[in-house]
Amino acid sequence: MTSQLFLQYLFAGITYGIIYAIVAIGFNIIYNTTGIINFAQGEFVMLGGMIAISLHAILPLPLAIGLAVISTMLIGALIEILFIRWLRSPSVLRMIIITIGLSILIREAALHIWGENVRSLPYFNGNEISSIQLLGANISPQVLWVIGICSIMVMLLSLFFKFTSLGQEMRACAANRLAATLCGISTKNMVTFSFMLSAGIGALAGCVVSPITYTQYDSGTALAIKGFTVAVLGGLGNSLAAVLAGILLGVIESFSISVVPLAFQDAISIGILLIILFVRPHGLFGSREAAGLKEF
Amino acid sequence: MKARKFFPILLLLLVLIVVQQLTRLTGTAYYLTQMTMTAYYALLVIGLCLVMGYAGQISLGHAGFFAIGGYTSAVLTTFDLTPLLDKGNSAIGFLTTNGLLAERQSLYGESLLSVNPWLACVAALLLTIIIAFCIGIPVLKLKGHYLAMATLGFGIIIYRVALATEIFGGADGISAVPGFPLLPGIVVSGDFSNRVQNYYIACCLLLLGFLLLQNLIDSRVGRALRAIHGSEEAANAMGVNTARYKLYTFVVSAVFAALAGIFLTHYNGGIGPSEAGIMKSVRYVAIVAIGGMANLWGALTMAAVLNFLSLRGMFGSYDDAVFGVILIIIMLFAPQGLLRRQVWQFFKKSGSDN
Repeated sequence: MTSQLFLQYLFAGITYGIIYAIVAIGFNIIYNTTGIINFAQGEFVMLGGMIAISLHAILPLPLAIGLAVISTMLIGALIEILFIRWLRSPSVLRMIIITIGLSILIREAALHIWGENVRSLPYFNGNEISSIQLLGANISPQVLWVIGICSIMVMLLSLFFKFTSLGQEMRACAANRLAATLCGISTKNMVTFSFMLSAGIGALAGCVVSPITYTQYDSGTALAIKGFTVAVLGGLGNSLAAVLAGILLGVIESFSISVVPLAFQDAISIGILLIILFVRPHGLFGSREAAGLKEF
Repeated sequence: MKARKFFPILLLLLVLIVVQQLTRLTGTAYYLTQMTMTAYYALLVIGLCLVMGYAGQISLGHAGFFAIGGYTSAVLTTFDLTPLLDKGNSAIGFLTTNGLLAERQSLYGESLLSVNPWLACVAALLLTIIIAFCIGIPVLKLKGHYLAMATLGFGIIIYRVALATEIFGGADGISAVPGFPLLPGIVVSGDFSNRVQNYYIACCLLLLGFLLLQNLIDSRVGRALRAIHGSEEAANAMGVNTARYKLYTFVVSAVFAALAGIFLTHYNGGIGPSEAGIMKSVRYVAIVAIGGMANLWGALTMAAVLNFLSLRGMFGSYDDAVFGVILIIIMLFAPQGLLRRQVWQFFKKSGSDN
């Protein structure tokens, strides 16, 4: 493998990896505040892309993306209020089945609204064939957009959780729900916020990645599985580790193409998921003791 | 006690016979095709009911076991071995002399030599058992989300392999699978002349499986399983080997799924990758959930009704959406399922009050 090809694979891997990391962070935000895995997380990514594509027909691109993110956030909040808020201490099995049902519903709704066509947003700069030379590798400017926007998003999120009052309340909720309630934090509202937040970042990721990977009504499922793999790889609930794990998985995937056929690419990342679940369920960067206290 | 247990089964058999006679009288024998398929799907569902309802372990990969059974049987019974025999392969020669290979005619009248369906069936079941053990041992150590994701992942891997492997026919799947002669004169195949016969084969298989599971649940194993469902730690403390019981139920239900896959593949004359899809697995889970989780009769009834309606195309293009809605509504409002005993008792009580 020449060094140029190596770099090419590396950049492709990082691009996909960052998207997986964003989905994983969406999983983590909801998991931290509620202790449940939202199986509909991938659908938020698809919805963001789809709504932005539809809005772009009448609006300029930045406005369309902004509106798409906001409407996906509203959908996320609506889902939480309608289906989850009023349940009193539901079992894990029940929540899994409900969120799976939700993901099917969103997917089917998308199928009936947008059809089976593969769509995409236009490239933010240039077009499919424009490329930038970087260390001898040719990369699309969209890749830089993906990496840039997602990095900024991760940074803003960590600032949000550290310094804003709302972020601190959400973290309190994650640390100890009862104690948070006793301090006067409305845990129910925090759960709604966490759904809005994770829907929002999912939708934004769906928009920036749409020109490269395209958007289809069922593109959320694969993303959700890989996002979950990354979340587990980094240790469930740990967002910074998710970024590292995401890039790791993306790079492994992109290099695997040179060894096995493309059709088996999904099987490889799921195989990694299974191995991690069996061998290190607390993740590569998590501690075994802390994981022992959590309820999966 | 024994008679009481068999009475509902006999009643069910009677209903099945009446249904067949009704379709004959009303000239709607074409319903039997869907009913036969429904029965095979129901076989899978009651197997899943054992794992989900009684052992309390979610499996989102049961379509994978269905596909393993179906595809293995389909590949073995359609793969033409004549070129290998001509080359003088000793293993093939051994199989031929022992009558383990079946000769048949292709569409163009050439004679094909492939594995006898019985041998293929046994091979498929063995493969399923091996895979179920290999997957089950690590997977069943997991709980909650991890268990759900791991089984889902297993299902997707099977789907991907079926879709991407040449020998499994890729997106087209495998067609022209020959019939499965159970006994001389009794063949599992989709021929119109065999329709009534196949309806009864499917029903008998389903009833047999049902009876087996019912006995299992009423035995020591069943009590152990319910203890695991209630609290795994408590069951462990009482000396129940929870890991082993969970594993065995998982394997049993995988075998049920594979059997359904083998028979349905021979009945339909083919199998495609959609049978291994995630939506199929989710659908089976939905049916078990609406039937009331730990309720074999509920699972059986709901599997019969919903699969039949779906196969008849009653849900149109909303097929998957219907099952999604069912999942959400049941889990939101009646997590114990629709056909739970309390509901019946409630009706009984209000009936006797009047």
